[in-house]
Amino acid sequence: MIKERYQSIIVQVICSLLIPFIQLFALYVIFHGHYGPGGGFQGGVLLAVSIILQRLYLGTEVSYRKFPPKLAPALGAIGMLVFGLAGVIPMLFGGAFLDYGNLPIPWVHGAELRALGILIVEIGIGMAVFGTLVLIFDSLIGEGW
Amino acid sequence: MKWVNALIMLLFIALMLYATSGLPGHADPQAPANVHVSPTYIEDSVEDTHTPNIVTAVLADYRGYDTLGETVVIFTAGLACVLILMRRKAGDKGTLSEHHRSGHM
Repeated sequence: MIKERYQSIIVQVICSLLIPFIQLFALYVIFHGHYGPGGGFQGGVLLAVSIILQRLYLGTEVSYRKFPPKLAPALGAIGMLVFGLAGVIPMLFGGAFLDYGNLPIPWVHGAELRALGILIVEIGIGMAVFGTLVLIFDSLIGEGW
Repeated sequence: MKWVNALIMLLFIALMLYATSGLPGHADPQAPANVHVSPTYIEDSVEDTHTPNIVTAVLADYRGYDTLGETVVIFTAGLACVLILMRRKAGDKGTLSEHHRSGHM
């Protein structure tokens, strides 16, 4: 159904211009979660939207080559793994579950380490949400995999 | 059996309603959560986590376990979507049994 490129030069140009900015804004939302509204969930959704827009205007034939559909579940699982490891690794170094103050990063200490742990967790959430939403979209259009 | 289930459900609802009557009122300033927990988060979160955004500090640090559960829920829901949709598509191609294809899809 959406195998070929969308047949309108205006749509193609606007989408190809928009997608990099959507992705940049998504990264900003993830990494700026410490200081403003945002975080992993919102940034992950924005990243997923950029890929879905690409699927819609380029067609699945080209878009599947740019972002293979098999990458989406893998990304989601890796995101979950990052979150899980951020929980389990502090336990091995004498802390509680999800106690980022005990992450084994030698040159950061105390509250700074906790901020870094929050960032790691947000990245994990972002990857998990990104992968999951692209996976749902791919399984809905369901062509060629 | 159906009546037993309904009875158990009614008892459960009654228990839950009874339990709600013991909770503090909505936005009660003397509620335990508003006496210790919220002031601690508001006063200590910058010192504890160097994160000016209290929402992020609570979401990812103080209540990290809850967020882990949320992410697992999202990921599992996505996987369940894929499993259901892939099953329907396999049925279209005729690889599933007649029983599945004539089912209530």
